[in-house]
Amino acid sequence: MSATVAPGPRDTRYPPGARAGSPVSRPAGARRRPGRLVPTAVLLLGAVYCLLPVAWVLVAATKSGRELFSTFTFLPGSGFADNLTDLSAYRDGVYWRWMANSAFYSGLGALLSTAVSALSGYTLAVHRFRGREAVFNVLLAGVLMPPVILAVPQYLLMAEAGLADSYLSVLLPSILSPYGVYLARIYAAAAVPADLVEASRMDGAGEWRIFRAIALPMMLPGLVTVFLFQFVAVWNNFLLPYIMLGDDEKFPVTLGLYTLLQQGSNTPALYTLVITGALLAIVPLIALFLLIQRFWSLDLLSGAVKS
Amino acid sequence: MQSTPLRRLAAASLAAALSAAALTGCGSSGDSGSGPAELTYWAWAPGMDKVAELWNKENPDIQVTVKKQASGDDLVTKILTAAKAGEAPDLVQAEYQALPTLVSGDVLADISDEVKDAGKAFPAGVWQQVTLGSDAVYALPQDSGPMMFYYREDLFEQYGLEVPGTWQEFADTARELKKQAPDKALTTFSSNDSGLFAGLAQQAGAKWWTTSGEQWKVGIDDAATRKVADFWGGLVEEGAIDNQPMYTPAWNKAMNTGEQLAWVSAVWAPGTLTTAAPDTKGKWAMAPLPQWDASKERTGSWGGSTTGVSRDCDHPEAAAEFATWLNTDPEALAALVKEGGIYPAATAAQTGGALAEPPAFFANQPDFYTEAAEIAKTTAPAAWGPNVNVAYGTFKDEFGKAAKSKKAEAFATALESMHRATVADLTKQGFGVAG
Repeated sequence: MSATVAPGPRDTRYPPGARAGSPVSRPAGARRRPGRLVPTAVLLLGAVYCLLPVAWVLVAATKSGRELFSTFTFLPGSGFADNLTDLSAYRDGVYWRWMANSAFYSGLGALLSTAVSALSGYTLAVHRFRGREAVFNVLLAGVLMPPVILAVPQYLLMAEAGLADSYLSVLLPSILSPYGVYLARIYAAAAVPADLVEASRMDGAGEWRIFRAIALPMMLPGLVTVFLFQFVAVWNNFLLPYIMLGDDEKFPVTLGLYTLLQQGSNTPALYTLVITGALLAIVPLIALFLLIQRFWSLDLLSGAVKS
Repeated sequence: MQSTPLRRLAAASLAAALSAAALTGCGSSGDSGSGPAELTYWAWAPGMDKVAELWNKENPDIQVTVKKQASGDDLVTKILTAAKAGEAPDLVQAEYQALPTLVSGDVLADISDEVKDAGKAFPAGVWQQVTLGSDAVYALPQDSGPMMFYYREDLFEQYGLEVPGTWQEFADTARELKKQAPDKALTTFSSNDSGLFAGLAQQAGAKWWTTSGEQWKVGIDDAATRKVADFWGGLVEEGAIDNQPMYTPAWNKAMNTGEQLAWVSAVWAPGTLTTAAPDTKGKWAMAPLPQWDASKERTGSWGGSTTGVSRDCDHPEAAAEFATWLNTDPEALAALVKEGGIYPAATAAQTGGALAEPPAFFANQPDFYTEAAEIAKTTAPAAWGPNVNVAYGTFKDEFGKAAKSKKAEAFATALESMHRATVADLTKQGFGVAG
């Protein structure tokens, strides 16, 4: 699913070969050619590597159970409509409930996460206070910590608070994203000029007003990035909801599809449904990317990360 | 103008936060003393919710809610984690080999007082797996997977092959087929499902985990298992059978096109063949597993599961009552067969009723389930330990390498590694290990 975050836009901005070994000192000429070809080939290979599985899912979703393993891999089948009907009919349409749950966890989780990241990132970037660097360093350590190893401790904490197996148990851990705060801080430092903040203070604006009316609009492209990252992360998350949730009515789509695959050794996996379900599950991600793209300026992002 | 999207964002965030808080209002529904006993049941069998529905209708004072889970080793881990937090469900579906892990993890309650003499309903070899050889009862058997031999009836006839009654004949059949049709194989040795190998060892009389006093004794590298490993290693080395894993697209194709003529599997094979080899409907037949000793019919089991009651359960009696009904009552078992496609462990339910007709894929073998029931009675006892997952994991790695190398001696080495890794892990976990 994460293949949808293909590094496409970046490639067009740098003509192939522009970055790879063409120093000014070297005389231009015959040497340039292989220098251009090799990176292009490597990028093409990378693109194929990323897109082939997606193409496979796309084609396989059109095959009926009969055709799935017996016809040529990339030959489209005839069962897409049936697969869709079967998937919707499976246990009275529980799949759509999982999709709605996923949308809820990802949408709300990413939104809250963005709000928290914006506020803390801005504060860390603009305000000077004692322990600021310490907080930021702890945050950096958090970025390095894979969320996977936190899942079990988080579960035990949630159980202690009586929240295990609830919507909140999945939502709450998604709200705090060290990476989001980190990005927001870097972004705020680059996009919100200190002079502007100073000038607003002079004009008598309160801190909250400065943040809301001046800093936030300037940070918006960065925040869209934070939102997207977090949305995709929560949408694709598996282990946290897997440990937290026991009730399949609260499952996100990742977990739901897993129950279709693992039905016990005496029941074959419902491959056609899982494949169709997986295909449908990336549609919202793609739609979201297309929709939000116009807010999303990669130039600003990469500039911010580098500074 | 500028502040509009921001205000909207803030408003949306706030609204969302509030609704999230409202959603969890009913998070923990505590069991009160009065009212019906509310039981939650983690299960993966398809249609289990519908079977529980039957129970709920007739037993208003014991209400069971099924929460469907994904089966497998991960579920065992999830249950152990939940139990550690005191949040384990009241009832769990667990595979036989997971029971010792769940018992040593203090998850399962001893329900011997509640289920009384339910044991009579099950074959001895199956019942022994839920008692772990003690006086306690840790779960009730639900379904079982007695192993059988599946073969392509039409192709066996075409090549003039006899259905092997012993493993010696099985080897001869494989060689005979290779001689006649070098591009075909009788079957394959697959290293990606440890349950198959465990079942074959069980048939040969292996006891992988036993207890003596307070100590575990590991017998993975025992004479019986070594015999099985050597047998399959020998066949792979001489090229009489294939060495590719099953359940891959390539395997499906081999099954569908008749490249492989037979499959050592269990009673649930028709379901798998329906999806893996759709073009071969009505061409297969089922026979008892080949024997090591033709005078003593034995079979292993592959798959199957139980219903256990957790120690977190506030109403163990009610839970045990439901579990007994689920796994011994004719109506419940008929519903399980119909909705979940399971093969019931209870002897009485294995013939007649929902299993009077053969599986649709085996319409050519009308007495499929009569014969299956006979085979099920010969299930050899199995002995599972608290770290089956480690043994299974090592099996996949080591036997995967051995199958690839096509050397019989590599199979013996793989078995030794599997034994060593299992003992080492038991010791590391702090169990006493004898011998």
